[in-house]
Formats: sequence, C-alpha cells, structure tokens
Amino acid sequence: MTLQIDVEGRTQDSAGGPEAVSDKGGFSPVNVFSHAVLIAWAVLVVVPFGWALIASLKSTGEIFGDNPWALPKKLLWENFANAWEKGVGDYLLNSLVVVAGGVFGTMLFGSMVAYVLARYQFPGNRLIYYLFAAGMMFPTFLAIVPLFFVVKGFGMVSTYQGLILVYIAYSLPFTVFFMHSFFRTLPTSIAEAALVDGAGHATTFFRVMLPMARPGLLSVGIFNVLGQFNQFVLPSFLSPEKPVLSQGIATLLGSQRYDNDWGTLFAALTIAMVPVIVVYLIFYRQVQAGLTGATLK
Amino acid sequence: MRHGSYRFVASFLAIPLVLYVVFVISPFVQAFYYSLTDWTGISPKFEFVGFQNFKDLANDAIFKAAIGHNIILLIGVPLLTIVLALVFAYLLNVGGKANSAGVHGVRGNGFYKLAFFLPQVLSVPVIAVIWATVMTSTDNGLLNSVTKKLGLGTSQYLASPEIALYCVMWVLVWGSVGFYLVLFNAAMSGIPKDIFEAAIIDGAGRLATFFRITLPLLWDTIQTAWVYLAIMALDAYALVAVMTAGPGGPDNSTYVMGLAIADNGFQYGRAGYASAMGVVLFFLTLIIAAVMLRATRRERIEY
Repeated sequence: MTLQIDVEGRTQDSAGGPEAVSDKGGFSPVNVFSHAVLIAWAVLVVVPFGWALIASLKSTGEIFGDNPWALPKKLLWENFANAWEKGVGDYLLNSLVVVAGGVFGTMLFGSMVAYVLARYQFPGNRLIYYLFAAGMMFPTFLAIVPLFFVVKGFGMVSTYQGLILVYIAYSLPFTVFFMHSFFRTLPTSIAEAALVDGAGHATTFFRVMLPMARPGLLSVGIFNVLGQFNQFVLPSFLSPEKPVLSQGIATLLGSQRYDNDWGTLFAALTIAMVPVIVVYLIFYRQVQAGLTGATLK
Repeated sequence: MRHGSYRFVASFLAIPLVLYVVFVISPFVQAFYYSLTDWTGISPKFEFVGFQNFKDLANDAIFKAAIGHNIILLIGVPLLTIVLALVFAYLLNVGGKANSAGVHGVRGNGFYKLAFFLPQVLSVPVIAVIWATVMTSTDNGLLNSVTKKLGLGTSQYLASPEIALYCVMWVLVWGSVGFYLVLFNAAMSGIPKDIFEAAIIDGAGRLATFFRITLPLLWDTIQTAWVYLAIMALDAYALVAVMTAGPGGPDNSTYVMGLAIADNGFQYGRAGYASAMGVVLFFLTLIIAAVMLRATRRERIEY
C-alpha cells in the first residue's frame, strides 16, 4: 500500500503537509464524526457573535424576553443613534486617533530598530535585542502602577499623546522581534549596491529596504492595528477621562445595571466588532500567519 | 563596519530606545523599588519599609485567595485549550475520508480555521459582554433557555460562587482554542510526509500515528503554547474585570491577582503594596516559564 496524493484534491494553504489534501465526497464514520465535532465548535464560536449582531436591532424586552432567540419584530435602528449619542462616537474617534498614531510610530520605530539590529554589528547589539525580547514575555500588568505615575509625571494622563507613546513602547517588542527575523531573510546585495552608489544608510533603509520588507510590514502592521484597537488594560488606567472604544463598551455594560437599555449596548458592541471583523476577513491569512509565525520561531 | 555607520545606528536607536526604557523598562524596575516602600501613590512622601509588604501579603487572605484562583486558571486553561486545539487540528488534518490512498484532511479546512480564530481578533470587553449575556442567570438567559429545552435544567453561571470561576475559565479557553489550533496546524503541516508514509506502510492507524508521530514531533510547539497560556491565565484581569460582578464576585469567587493590584494601587491608595503584588506576580511568571521549559524538555528532533 502506498500513499498517493490525490492530484485533483484541493491542496490547502498550509501546503506541504502530509495530509494536505481534502476529502472528495463520500462518507465514512471518521469523516462524519470529524465534521460533527468541528461544526459543533464552529457553532459555539460564531453563534454568540451573530446573536449579538441581531440583538443590536432589538429592544431590551426582546433580548431578555420569553424567547431570546427570536428575531426582532421591528428593526430598531435607533439603537445605533442612541449608542452614538451615549459617547460611542467619541470613543470611536479616540480609538481611531490613538491607533493611527500608535501604529504609525510602532511600525516606523520598530522597523528602524529591527533593521539596525539585524544588519549592523556594534557593541551592545545582542543586549538591546534581548532587552526587547524580554518585553514580550511578561504581561503589562506587572508594571501598571508605576507606569501610571510615569505617565502622570509627564502630565499625559487621558491624552492622545500619552496613549500613543505608551502603545508604541508596548508594541515595540513584538514588532522588533518579527521584523528582525524578516530583515534577516532579505538579500543583502541590493542594499550593498545602494551604499556603493553613494546612498546614505538612512536613504538605503527608507528607499530600498523598507519597500522590500512590505509583506512583513503588512503582517505585523495588521497585527498592531488589531492589537492596539482592542487594547483595554492600558487605556483603562492611563486614559480614564478619554476612553477608547473597548473601555466605552465596558463602561456601557456597567451602566446597563441602571439604564436597562441593552439594545444600545449591543449596537455599541456592533460598532466595535464590525470594523475588526471586516479587517480580519480581508487579511485573515496575514493575521493568522503574523500571530502564529512569531510564536513558532 | 563602514565609517560613519555608528552615528547612523545611534540615530535609529535613540528615540525608540528612550520610549522603551521610559515606558516599559523603568516601570518594571520601579515596581521592585516601590514594593519595599509604604508609598500611597497620592502623597509624594514615603518610607522605606523593607520586606514588610511581602510579610503583609503572606497574611492577606484575599490576596492568597486570588493566587488560588489564578492557579486554578493556570492549570485548567492551558490543559483544556491545548487538548481541544490538538484534537481539532488533528481532525482537520486526518478526519477526512480514508481509503487506499491514505488519510486526508477534512473538506472546509479553511472555513473552520477562519471561524475558530475569530475570538482572537476581538477585544476582551466585546467577548466579556457577549458571554455575560449568554450566561444570564435567569430562566430566559440564552444558555439557560437551551439547556432547559434539552432537559438539563438551568444554572446561575456567573452569579454562582461555586461555578463563576469556571465560567471565566471557559471563556478564556473558548477564546484561545482557535489561535492554538492554527498554531498546531501549521506545525503539523511542517512534519515531512515520508514519516507518515512510512507509518502507514507499517500499518499504523490514525490514533497510533497521532500518539507516536504527531505528538512527539509537535512537542516544542506544545511547550511554547503552554507557557503562553500559563502567562495569560496568571493575568486574566481584563476578562474578570468586565465580566464578573463587583468585579471579582460573587463573594470574591473570581477575584484574581490583577484585580488586587488594581484595587490596591488605584482605589485604596496603597501603591507600594500593589507593587509588591506585581513583584510576586513577576516571580510566579518567571518560575512557571522556567519550570515548564525545563520539566518538559526533551531531545529536539531535527528533520
């Protein structure tokens, strides 16, 4: 008996695997069992999100009524208007400003550090590399109390610049780590040629190396967009007066205990979820590759 | 090194290094220093008290309970997540129709990975709100309405001191499985085909192939996953803070170290004491990472 790869079978994106060929029709007990288990988990993952999206158009009575699974009788689009008025518009703006600044700074500084560490020999190179690598191991929570007072000392509590700088600092370890290994895989000959032709080191980096690193930048850039947009622990301590969207959701949940207006809460949740899901569906290969790739190395 | 490149290196490193040292390294170092003081966080004056904070911590029943809760999460979350993710990854890879041509992956592999990974990209408050609603304790709660129909009765979930922590654990596991599935799947597809060919020629079945080949070859990845999950379970702050009543309730049954740090540092004006808790958390993290990496070390298989 030999193992043949079914040439007509659709090969998977993770090609190269021993069993990277799909089944084609036909049933067997194992196949049915596999699908049953996998579909059950898929339902468990997707249904809560789908239910939350539908709940954004329901009234509180329908959400917690006799049948929470029923579809809304009337689509309450005003839930979204209410959510917007209750501050979600401001929270979203805060999130967008901070993420825009944070991701731009993270990508710029992260790839600068990674490039220098990957391509230049100098005393302290390894030390700086390990300093950044160590930052990936420990949860931000260890240092949250002193961090608050550092930010307060600069007068930057509840400011855009405070959050942006902190986001950059805490995103650097992963970005440096990821881009470092990426720059190492790029060929050196083109950069050498540019230097020989009289381009400066900085020009070579911005004009030659950075464009060549675009796939890596895209992967880690999307990772940082999602990570900073979803950040909750840092802003909830460092920006109490200027909440970002994830904080706003938590605050709105707290206020439901008095307001009892759950349709509005789910509308806010939908506003927070939909952009992320759209980005994920467009870039899911990069997201999955970026997140898991760095863990494997 | 070319002439003038030192200046270039310095110019590229200066700003990012300053940011990193000011906002990441220095707070970590300061946490150790403040842990030896009675600083309130409000008044600028404080006294050096030696290890008094740590002695107090040893007698702090609430903090000890919090460590206990973190340890329950620390055992449960990695174990459940890794087992589920391995099973799913294996089903994706070999659960397809088997015939004389060997074992195949299931159809729709891409769809499953897309769906399972979804919780990983959404923020903790979004997930916490959704699950807090799903586990509403009334008879009309989403989960209760289903279990009631199935004749399983209803449960109080997050409102029950006995099971609230396990509800938190479930949400952590639920959110992580997709990520580790994708991770294990990538590692499994990195195993050379001829190893499986040889096993199948020798007549090995699916289970034998899994335990004798896949699992040993995946060991490095599983180990990494364990450390990451353990660190996540030691934190667990965000989910508990948003999802549970109090937060940390009912009856402190879901109180974790992160909540204790936040409460002492920002509510009770005990910044020095909270820093000591941070230091304890730091060493716990360090010990767990070291123990996991040493205890489970085995010979690396190169292929």
